[in-house]
Amino acid sequence: MDTPDPTEAVSTVRVNGVSVAVDCAPETALLYLLRNDLGLTGAKFGCGQGLCGACTVLVDGRPVRSCETPVWTVTSRDVTTVEGLAPEGAPTVLAEALGRHQAGQCGFCLPGIFVTASALLRQDPGVDEATVRLALDPHLCRCGSHNRIVAAVLDAAAQSTADHASAGSG
Amino acid sequence: MTPPPRALLTTLAPAAADVGPDPGAVASLGPSLRANPRLGDWLDLTGPGQVRVRSGKVELGQGIDTALAQIVAAGLGVDLARVTMAPPDTVSSPDEGYTSGSLSVQHSGAALRQVCAEVRAACQQAAAETLACEVTDISMDDGTFRCADGEVDYWSLATADILGQQATGLSLPDPGGDQSVVGTSVPRLDLPAKVVGRYRYIGDLHPPGLVHARMVRPPSRGCELMAVDLEPVRRLPGVRLVVREGSLLAVVADREEQALRAADALASACHWSTSKVSPLDARQSSFEAGAVTEVLQEDPDEADAPGSATGSLTSTYSRGYLAHASIGTSTALARWDGAHLQVWSHTQGVFPLRAALAGALGIPEQSVDVTHVPHAGCYGHNGSDDVAYDAAMLALWLPDHTVRVVWSRQDELSWAPVGPAMRACLSAQVDADGAVTSWTHDVWSNGHTTRPGSMPERAFLSQALADGIPTPTAVDPPLARGAGAGRNAVPGYDIPHRRVRVHRLTDMPVRTSALRSLGAHLNVTAIEAFIDEIAQQAGRDPVQYRLDRLSDPRGRRVLQRVAELAGWESRAAGQHGEGAGFGVGYARYKNMGAYCAVIAQVRLVDSVDVVALTVVVDVGQVVNPDGVANQIEGGAIQAASWTTREAVRFDGPHVSSDTWESYPILRFSEVPRVTVDIVDRPDQPALGAGEASIGPTAAAITNAVADALGVRVRTLPITPDAVVAAIAEAR
Repeated sequence: MDTPDPTEAVSTVRVNGVSVAVDCAPETALLYLLRNDLGLTGAKFGCGQGLCGACTVLVDGRPVRSCETPVWTVTSRDVTTVEGLAPEGAPTVLAEALGRHQAGQCGFCLPGIFVTASALLRQDPGVDEATVRLALDPHLCRCGSHNRIVAAVLDAAAQSTADHASAGSG
Repeated sequence: MTPPPRALLTTLAPAAADVGPDPGAVASLGPSLRANPRLGDWLDLTGPGQVRVRSGKVELGQGIDTALAQIVAAGLGVDLARVTMAPPDTVSSPDEGYTSGSLSVQHSGAALRQVCAEVRAACQQAAAETLACEVTDISMDDGTFRCADGEVDYWSLATADILGQQATGLSLPDPGGDQSVVGTSVPRLDLPAKVVGRYRYIGDLHPPGLVHARMVRPPSRGCELMAVDLEPVRRLPGVRLVVREGSLLAVVADREEQALRAADALASACHWSTSKVSPLDARQSSFEAGAVTEVLQEDPDEADAPGSATGSLTSTYSRGYLAHASIGTSTALARWDGAHLQVWSHTQGVFPLRAALAGALGIPEQSVDVTHVPHAGCYGHNGSDDVAYDAAMLALWLPDHTVRVVWSRQDELSWAPVGPAMRACLSAQVDADGAVTSWTHDVWSNGHTTRPGSMPERAFLSQALADGIPTPTAVDPPLARGAGAGRNAVPGYDIPHRRVRVHRLTDMPVRTSALRSLGAHLNVTAIEAFIDEIAQQAGRDPVQYRLDRLSDPRGRRVLQRVAELAGWESRAAGQHGEGAGFGVGYARYKNMGAYCAVIAQVRLVDSVDVVALTVVVDVGQVVNPDGVANQIEGGAIQAASWTTREAVRFDGPHVSSDTWESYPILRFSEVPRVTVDIVDRPDQPALGAGEASIGPTAAAITNAVADALGVRVRTLPITPDAVVAAIAEAR
C-alpha cells in the first residue's frame, strides 16, 4: 500500500465502491468532501471534534469520525457511508428493525449509529446488550431514544443470526 | 369505511351556508382557527388523490407531523398514505405562533379536526347534489362518496369553493374520531428516511451557489473586541467576506473548510478586553439579590392559619444553568436578491421570526419570508433564531448568494440561550399528624424567555455583540399560559394556606430562555422532595402521604398505577441492595396539562446511576400511543441526564463546558431502563405529552438518592461532588 503524503493534492478517493475525483485541500475533513462535494449528507456535523459520533463512516470497515479525518489519510482506502450501507430501494435488516422499534425522534444521531451498528453486526452477529451499548457509547443521542435503538440492534442481530442459520441449513 | 351514523348526523346537521356565522360557534373554534379561519389555509386538495396539510406547528423531532397527519386522515376519512405535511412557511401556512408548551395537538390538532369536519360535511352535501341522492344515503370510503347511483371523490368535487370558505364552528368533529387511525400507533412518517440518512435536515440543503459562513465569538460574555487586522484573513483562499461590527465577527467563503480556516485565523487575530461579568450561583443565597417579586398564589387567611401546627420545615433546592445540547448545531440559510429576503430556519415560529428579522434588519415584513426546515432535536429556544439573523445579515452583504451559517459546537454550548439557574426555598408548618397547615414556596430565577417575539428589540445575539448592548432581560409567560419560573410552583395537593412567589432576577450575566418544561423541572423537584421530607418526618409512606392529600382522581390514578407497576410496596424486599434507593415524583404539568407519576430506582456506588424509571401518564386523548410513549420516555431520559450530570460550568466569565467532554450528557451505557404506561382517556381532551415527564422524573431521582444515602442532596445536578458536599453538610 502506498503511504499517503499530506503535501500532495489528493486526486481520488474510493467512496461506497466508486472512485471519485476530488479537488480540495488534502487536509480537508472527509465530512465536508462527502457532504458538500459528493452530496452524501447522511453523515452529520455535530461537533467537529470526534466527540458525538454523528459524522461516523467506515474506513476499511472500521467506524471513524469523518469530521476529524483529513482526506489525505483515506486515499487508497475504502470509505463507506450510510448511503452505501443502506442503498435506496434495498431495505436492510437493521433499517427495518429500527423502524419496527420506532427507534428515533429527531433522528439526527441515527445515520452515525446505523454505520457503527452495521459494522458491529458484521463483525459479531451474536452481540449481547452490553456489547451493543458499549459500541454505541461514542454516539450521543439527546432525544432519549437509546433503549429503543439498542433493542432494534439486538433485534437485527437475532434476525441476521436466524437468517444465517436457515441459509446454512438450507 | 362508513362513518358512524351519529357522526354523520352531527357533521351534516346545519348546512353552513344557510345559517351564517354564529358568534358562539366561532368562539369555540380555538385560538389557531380563529386566527386563520379560511379552510383552505389548512388543507390543499389540488393534487389528485392527495391531501396536503398546512399547519403552523413545526416538526422538532417530537413527531408532530405524524400525529397531525393522523388527525387529518381520520377527520376526512382518507387513508393516511394520502396525507402529506407541508413544511411551515410564512407564504402559505396558518400563523400559529410558536411550537412550544406541549400545545401542538391541542391547538393545531383541534383546528385541523374542525377544518376536516367542515370540509367533509360540505363535500358530502356537494356529493349528494352531484349524485342526486340524499346525504343520508351516502357512504364514504377513503375519500370517495358513494350512493346507489354512483360515486364522486374529494378531488373531483369543486373543493376550491368549499376551501375558500371560513370555518363556522357549526359542523362538529366526531368526538371519538376514527379509531382505526387516531389512537393507533401508526409508524412515524419521517423515520424510514431518518434511520438511513436520507431525511433532509437544514444543514443538508445545498442550493446552487451556496457559500459557507462561520461566526467568531468573543472568548467570554462581556469581552469587547479591542483590535483586529482583517486583511490577512481576507487574503486566505476562497474567502469572500469578512465582517466586523463592534464585537461581532463573521467570515464567508466558497468552501466550508475554507470558512473554518478563515474563522480560526480571524479568532487568532483578535484582541479582546477582559470581562467583569460573573455568572450567578444558585447554590448561594447571594443568588436572591435584585429580584422583581410576583405573587402567584396567596390563599386567604394566611395570618389566621390554624394554630395546630406543632413543627415546621424549611429546605432550599437549586439547579444550575442547563444547555439545550442538541446534537446538531444551530444552522440557517438566507438569500437576498435585492428586494426579497428568503430565510430557511429550524425556528420554533416562522411568523414571529419573520417579524423580528424584518424589524432588526430594517426591511419591510412583506419583503421577508421564512421557511421551516427540520434540524436535530429542539427542546426550547436554542440558537435557531440567532443563527437565522446571522445568515440573514450576511446575505444582505452578498446579494444573490445563498449563505449557510453553521455554528461551531463551542458557539452552541457557550452562546445559545440556556435554561436559567434556579433556586427554590420551601417552608411548611406541620401538625401533630404530619399534615401541612401552611406552605410557602419562593423561587428565584431569571426569566424563561428571550424569544424574539417576547422581546421589544435587539433580541438576536449578534445584534447585542455588534452594538455592545447588554443581553435583554428575560421575561416569563403569564400564569394563564403556565408561567415560567413559576411553572408548577403551586403545589397540586390539597394543602391549605399556600403562598407562592416568583422572584425574577433582572441581572442577566448569562442569556436565558425557554428550555423544555421551563421552571417545572426545579419546582416539581422541590415540591416533591419537600413532601418526602415532611412524610419522612411524620413516619409516613411517601406514596400514601401524597394520596392522602391528592383529590384529583386522574392524579390519584397515575400515582396508584405507578406504585403497582414499580412494585413500590415490595421495594424494600430484595431490590434494596447496597447503594440502592427508590423514589417517587408526581405532577400535573402546568397544573392544567398531562398527569405524570414516576418511580425511580438509583444506585450510588462510584457514580450516581439511574437504573430504572417507571412512568405512568394520562395525556387525555391519545393520537398516537407509541408517539406519546416515545416522548415520555425521551423526556424521562433527558431529565435523568439533567438531574445527575448537567450544568453549564464557568471559569470566571468563561463558559468552560463548551465541548461534549466538559458538558457530558447520558450515554448508551448510562441510560436507565424506562417503562411507560399510558392511562387511556379517549373521551378526554388531549393535554400534550412533550414535557410532562421532566419534573416528576427529576423529583423521583432526587427522592431515590435521598433514600439510598439517608442524606438529602438539594442541589442539582446530583453529581458525586454534590453527594459528598451534602454528606459533609449533614455531619
